[in-house]
Amino acid sequence: MFPAPVTRAPRATRIAYRAALCATLAIWLLPLFGVALTSMRSIDDLNRGNLWGWPSEFRLTENYAAVFADSRMAQFILNSVLITVPAVLGAVTLACMAGFALAKYRFRGNLALFVVFIAGNLVPFQILMIPVRNLAISMGIYDTRWALILFHAAFQTGFCTLFMRNFIKQLPDDMLDAARNDGLSEFQIFGHVVLPLVRPAIAAIAALTFTFVWNDYFWSLVLVQSDDVRPLTAGLQSLRGMWLASWQLISAGSIVAAIPPVLIFFFMQQHFIAGLTAGAQND
Amino acid sequence: MTGAVAPASRRGISAWWWRHQRTLTPLILLAPACLMFATFVIWPIGQSLWLSLYDWDGVGEKTWVGFGNFSELFADPVFFTALANNLCWLLIYLAAPMLGLLLALFLNQNVRGIRVVRALFLMPFVISQVVVGLIFAWFLNADFGLLNPLLAKVGVGPVAPLESERGAIFAVIAAGLWPQTAYCMVLYLTGLTGIRGELIDSARLDGAREHKVLWHVVLPQLRPVTFIAAMVCVVSALRSFDLVMIMTAGGPYNSTSVLAYYMYEQTFLSLRYGYAAAIAAVLFALMGCCVAFFLWRMLARERA
Repeated sequence: MFPAPVTRAPRATRIAYRAALCATLAIWLLPLFGVALTSMRSIDDLNRGNLWGWPSEFRLTENYAAVFADSRMAQFILNSVLITVPAVLGAVTLACMAGFALAKYRFRGNLALFVVFIAGNLVPFQILMIPVRNLAISMGIYDTRWALILFHAAFQTGFCTLFMRNFIKQLPDDMLDAARNDGLSEFQIFGHVVLPLVRPAIAAIAALTFTFVWNDYFWSLVLVQSDDVRPLTAGLQSLRGMWLASWQLISAGSIVAAIPPVLIFFFMQQHFIAGLTAGAQND
Repeated sequence: MTGAVAPASRRGISAWWWRHQRTLTPLILLAPACLMFATFVIWPIGQSLWLSLYDWDGVGEKTWVGFGNFSELFADPVFFTALANNLCWLLIYLAAPMLGLLLALFLNQNVRGIRVVRALFLMPFVISQVVVGLIFAWFLNADFGLLNPLLAKVGVGPVAPLESERGAIFAVIAAGLWPQTAYCMVLYLTGLTGIRGELIDSARLDGAREHKVLWHVVLPQLRPVTFIAAMVCVVSALRSFDLVMIMTAGGPYNSTSVLAYYMYEQTFLSLRYGYAAAIAAVLFALMGCCVAFFLWRMLARERA
């Protein structure tokens, strides 16, 4: 283990390490802490310049209630859910199918196709802006949730396929042959043998893709424009113009926008990190 | 390659399917993903490149201008600012793997609660860049930001980083470095758990100092991780847009524009779709260079 385990060091070192840990963490999360604190303040505190001190009064419920009452925050959240969930389902479904095909069948162009998925995934996606927007307009889905759902599902398929292909590749071929000898069709092998075994991989890409799509800002700027379909990220930025210096509301709004991905992350931490670090494992 | 165990009872189309399913199944499984990816990712790349040779306002007729957009681009000072900012972004982002490694070394201990601490360190990466941008824009705001009262306490005068033409881009990149470092940290933490302990132990027994062990034993084993971390940083440096849009909107005086942002601005504010596509083509070429470099390094290492 590197560096040397602190648990075997003298007591003083252990205590120093703990203290250093807390201090670094406090500095690292200072901006987040500032925002969380501000989301509970009154506007008077902000006007008086009391930004770091103890709040003169706690207005937690009032501020968060105001965010939902004064703006269409609830609608934005609903839009984000209605965009993110189908997009994730779509990308995961497509990637399981394509990943299995690329991992376990030999055919001409297999590797080339795989490289295309990887390369497409590395592209600075902004260069797709004008054609994708025109495509959405000509399909009649511009400024609807479908534009975002379809685009995100397609784009995330690149990364998800890469991940699923590498995961399924590790399953032993003998197992599939045994299933074939038992008379299972290829689709039955996919549905009854492979899919149950790749559940952890599905959880990993679902958690990651959820976060990516939920946090997307660029495409919600380019593909939709009305408040009825706008997701949370774009909605939050538009509210900034309305709230101006009411930083306690902007802070509360930011916290609301951050909560869903944070929850997904904490509940699916292991899967999330496994997806994030795929390729960094040494084995 | 055909299914050898086709039951004799199957006839007609069913028997035909049973015989050919091993060739047809992968095609059927791949078709939807390929169709979607081609429609929304691959084909648009080509369209963007093609559009860069035209003059177009988004509605009317397209006029062929050949490389006209590009020759205009190479005389456009804002384009060069944006390009320089992208390169600057790229260089500074390469600090993220180093900082991430330091954090990972610091956190690679088995003390109680370390898992929670690691998760909290990753938090900036989990939340949206919009939120990161909002937090930093406000943090650095000269009039009612959080930074100046904090600086005043230690006796440093008020600063206005986002209003300075020279400094603003660094403030924006610094905001981006925060989540990026967190990501690299997680990559290195994973890499460190897979490291071979016996090599470290024998180096220590030979009396090697810790920094020597790090340099000669640990880092070489982490090389694949460093490679991935560098690649991820380059990709996200070229994709930078959100933070610029949120924190400065390209200002002051276009000093914080990046290629993706300038392209967006040319499309929706100036309605110059062809010109914007030319910027996209440059961004694409830039990515091409980086990917070629990474592939070349990867091949070079495999031959070595």
